[in-house]
Amino acid sequence: MHTKSLTELAAALNSGTVSSVELTQAFLERITALDPKFNSFITTTPEIALEQAKAADAARASGRAGDYTGLPIAHKDLFCTEGVRTSCGSKMLDNFESPYDATVVAKFKAAGAVMLGKTNMDEFAMGSSNESSFYGACRNPWDTQRVPGGSSGGSAAAVAARLTPAATGSDTGGSIRQPAALCGITGIKPTYGRVSRYGMVAYASSLDQGGPMAQTAEDCALMLNVMAGFDKMDSTSAQRDAEDYRAKLNDSIAGLRIGIPKEYLSDDLDPQIAERVQAAIRELETLGASVKEISLPRTRMSIPAYYIIAPAEASSNLSRFDGVRYGHRCDNPKDLMDLYTRTRQEGFGAEVKRRIMVGTYALCAGYYDAYYNKAQQIRRLIQQDFLAAFNEVDVILGPTTPHPAFKLGEKSNDPVSMYMEDIFTLSLNLAGLPGMSVPCGTVSGLPVGLQLIGNYFDEAKLLNVAHQFQQVTDWHKHAPTGI
Amino acid sequence: MEWETVIGLEIHVQLSTQTKIFSGASTAFGAEPNTQACAVDLALPGTLPVFNENAQRMAIMFGLAINAEIGKRAVFERKNYFYPDLPKGYQTTQLERPVVGEGYVDITTEDGSRRVRIHHAHLEEDAGKSLHEDFHGMSGIDLNRAGTPLIEIVSEPDMRSSKEAAEYARKIHAIVTTLGICDGNMAEGSMRCDCNVSVRPKGQQEYGTRTELKNINSFRFIERAIDTEVARQIDLIEDGGKVVQETRLYDPDRNETRSMRSKEDANDYRYFPCPDLLPVVVDDSYIEAIRATLPELPDARRERFISDYNLSEYDAGVLSAYRPQADYYEAVVASSSDAKLAANWVMGELAKNLNATDIDIRECPVSAEQLGGLLQRIKDNTISGNIAKKVFEHMWSDGGSADEIIEAKGLKQVTDTGAIEKVIDEVIAKAGPQVEQYKAAEPDKRGKMIGFFMGQVMKATGGKANPGAVTGLLKQKLDALCD
Amino acid sequence: MSLDRSDVERIAYLARLALDEQDIPQYTENLSNILKLVDEMQAIDTTGVEPLAHPLDGEQRLRADEITELNQRDQLQKVAPATEEGLFLVPKVIE
Repeated sequence: MHTKSLTELAAALNSGTVSSVELTQAFLERITALDPKFNSFITTTPEIALEQAKAADAARASGRAGDYTGLPIAHKDLFCTEGVRTSCGSKMLDNFESPYDATVVAKFKAAGAVMLGKTNMDEFAMGSSNESSFYGACRNPWDTQRVPGGSSGGSAAAVAARLTPAATGSDTGGSIRQPAALCGITGIKPTYGRVSRYGMVAYASSLDQGGPMAQTAEDCALMLNVMAGFDKMDSTSAQRDAEDYRAKLNDSIAGLRIGIPKEYLSDDLDPQIAERVQAAIRELETLGASVKEISLPRTRMSIPAYYIIAPAEASSNLSRFDGVRYGHRCDNPKDLMDLYTRTRQEGFGAEVKRRIMVGTYALCAGYYDAYYNKAQQIRRLIQQDFLAAFNEVDVILGPTTPHPAFKLGEKSNDPVSMYMEDIFTLSLNLAGLPGMSVPCGTVSGLPVGLQLIGNYFDEAKLLNVAHQFQQVTDWHKHAPTGI
Repeated sequence: MEWETVIGLEIHVQLSTQTKIFSGASTAFGAEPNTQACAVDLALPGTLPVFNENAQRMAIMFGLAINAEIGKRAVFERKNYFYPDLPKGYQTTQLERPVVGEGYVDITTEDGSRRVRIHHAHLEEDAGKSLHEDFHGMSGIDLNRAGTPLIEIVSEPDMRSSKEAAEYARKIHAIVTTLGICDGNMAEGSMRCDCNVSVRPKGQQEYGTRTELKNINSFRFIERAIDTEVARQIDLIEDGGKVVQETRLYDPDRNETRSMRSKEDANDYRYFPCPDLLPVVVDDSYIEAIRATLPELPDARRERFISDYNLSEYDAGVLSAYRPQADYYEAVVASSSDAKLAANWVMGELAKNLNATDIDIRECPVSAEQLGGLLQRIKDNTISGNIAKKVFEHMWSDGGSADEIIEAKGLKQVTDTGAIEKVIDEVIAKAGPQVEQYKAAEPDKRGKMIGFFMGQVMKATGGKANPGAVTGLLKQKLDALCD
Repeated sequence: MSLDRSDVERIAYLARLALDEQDIPQYTENLSNILKLVDEMQAIDTTGVEPLAHPLDGEQRLRADEITELNQRDQLQKVAPATEEGLFLVPKVIE
């Protein structure tokens, strides 16, 4: 049962093969038995899950089941969940039981989902390896000596290890796509504004976007149907009708124009990854797509631009963590300065502190123009590159990451080298475009991902292309040995 | 050395919206602590701002009333600093692109008229309050006020005396209360003034170093604070010292200013556009629709009072400044048909009582119609002016119409000349010595002696004799004795 | 752009972070490296380019001025570290 995709489980529930309670119990037992190896969950919520499962079975029995009724979900631990710890992977919020639900969480609740728990993540979503979590590193189920990627490492690992068929993630610079690639699963970062940010603890407000992580594109489409939509509580929420993201999955992709940026498949890229990506492209060509080389000249600039904009916004977003109204507070503060500085010193880990400091510096008078303003200008140039490309092609393809999963500890002492891992993913967040990663093979036994980039609000097309790819390949069905 | 004073004012005006600028919590004054501070106001992780339409409308109304350019694409920025009454660790405000651009107000003092230019006015959110009562050595924070919409009105340093500064503040008060965008209650903090004060030798072009006097909430204190600060600065400079640019607090009990323990020393606010809010765009038709709803502004109303009611510049100015009072005044005029008499009473007896009981005219126990009725009885000679004051006292404490009180207390004026003559004869008969004095005095000195006899006649009639009639008859009878 | 110790101390003060003495050199080095990376931006000519603050060229939506949040003090103060009589307690605030 646990290897079934979300779509397959929905069918099993509908046909009465299994009840939601049985399904839920099975996953909860798997988590208890196996997760100590992976550390993909920070909090499990068995009582809530079983209550929700019972209610879902009752709804199904009286003919009131919707598309997601009774299906499991795990939420990345930066989505606020009422009455349940919402830690953001940080000591700062270790004691924080959110008084309210994030819009995404409320939507899943209303759709009849069964919440298994909250997944591990890099602290405050800052990282690409899940090593900065206060709750310890999460391990890649494909090789537990290696990272699952980040910041949604817990969600990716949990799906890869089949501890849950579906998990929510968030993506600011690649945090859904990169761990999806490193763990051999499918994930999509929607267009900025497509999914509500209300209740999703902010890292970089103009870049953050929540999205689905699951085994297949079809599963992600089902999840996105629940997650997407206008939210009046979020001023940056797109005022745009939701659509049925499964409606076009089976459309033919004959005539699809695919662009491959020459900057992505440069000579620097690991040839094995390049080979897997080329193979994937050939599959798509057999389905009728045409391929051409395009250029995204400012790709490399996305790294410095991102590593100014994101920390700058984060440095401001994280100022609210001061020990006054919630969260960690240092013992016996002797005065106000002591309250702030010691609470924040104790509550935040090293990477968070680094980014807060970089961001603070970049916004200081005298540096604003050279750093923050300059980065926002480069951001517009990057957007222009994409818009020009989309005049000629429908989707852009490339590798999701330059390497497969690296070893735990390998990059944690060298932040800059960690940042370079994001080279392919960052630019979409800067431009606000949607992007997906689908499994497209392995390199030395470790999964690698194919990244698909679409134009604004073209999630349905991306899911369609990915789904067609997954009809003629079976990488997405591969699970780590022993799972 | 002749010195010139240079003053600029920054006035914070609390807008009288129902809800906060970025959340749906109430802004009503006087609630129990933290009962009007929702998740957004407390800056819970994941919460986001949504902008109040009414705050925008009120800001634009103000801009139109000061003849300013309206910012058609206003941008909210974050002003970053740490303070316990600032939950997010930043204040959302406007910097480069405020909602209201350059405008002006014209003021008149005994020294003449001046146009005070306003640099701009912008929207921002208010902070909470620190209560300094001792909670075992701690302070208590109430965040009910956090998020209340403010407009900050920044003048150019155009004022040249403390009187002008107070008059400017009065003018702003008159405008915002007339527009109905602020309740004008300075004691409750609805309007707070910061004064920037500097001095320079007369004729010098450069400005001297300025100090900022913070949070002054009465017009009288504005004048006094500026006067003491100017004196302090002049003394300091003449003693060879230099004015330090700093923030100072005015102590009304000691009538002096003192340096504030700097809470923002070496602060860099690291302003940047708030990524959770989008630019606020308005078009001409929106602005014109608001212009059409503007009430008659104080200056226009003052002019109308002068031309329609023949009031003096001074009286018209006083009566038109505060809209509730101006409305009350016009209602009294309507029910009494005597603008001059109404002006005397509203500025006289009524104001005296309001001040003594410290209530606003909106809570006045005597309605405009009641007062108008009373004034009619003066005009038709039913009662004298002095008796009217007695009637007014009864109205104030017990209510009732003028007619009801006059009837109940038997206060009708005595005009019957026969009755008056009788009383005069009795008085003269009893006042032998005074009559002799009168007869002995030079004719041109006799006028002054009538007063004694008047007093006696009024006493004998319980104040009800018509003074005009008494005077005439008294003089007649007394003069008759002199022949 | 290279930072020195006093830069780091100033930034830490602005951000209200009490860095441990022994960590300051490491932070100084890390931050300097990050800023070196970021300096690559200076090589690109951005004259006349309008900064992109939001990916989507949107306009702020306006909310009706109606009360939608009632008193939730008990619920919201459950997570507070220190309260008394409905107030949040902090070390004495001196004006």
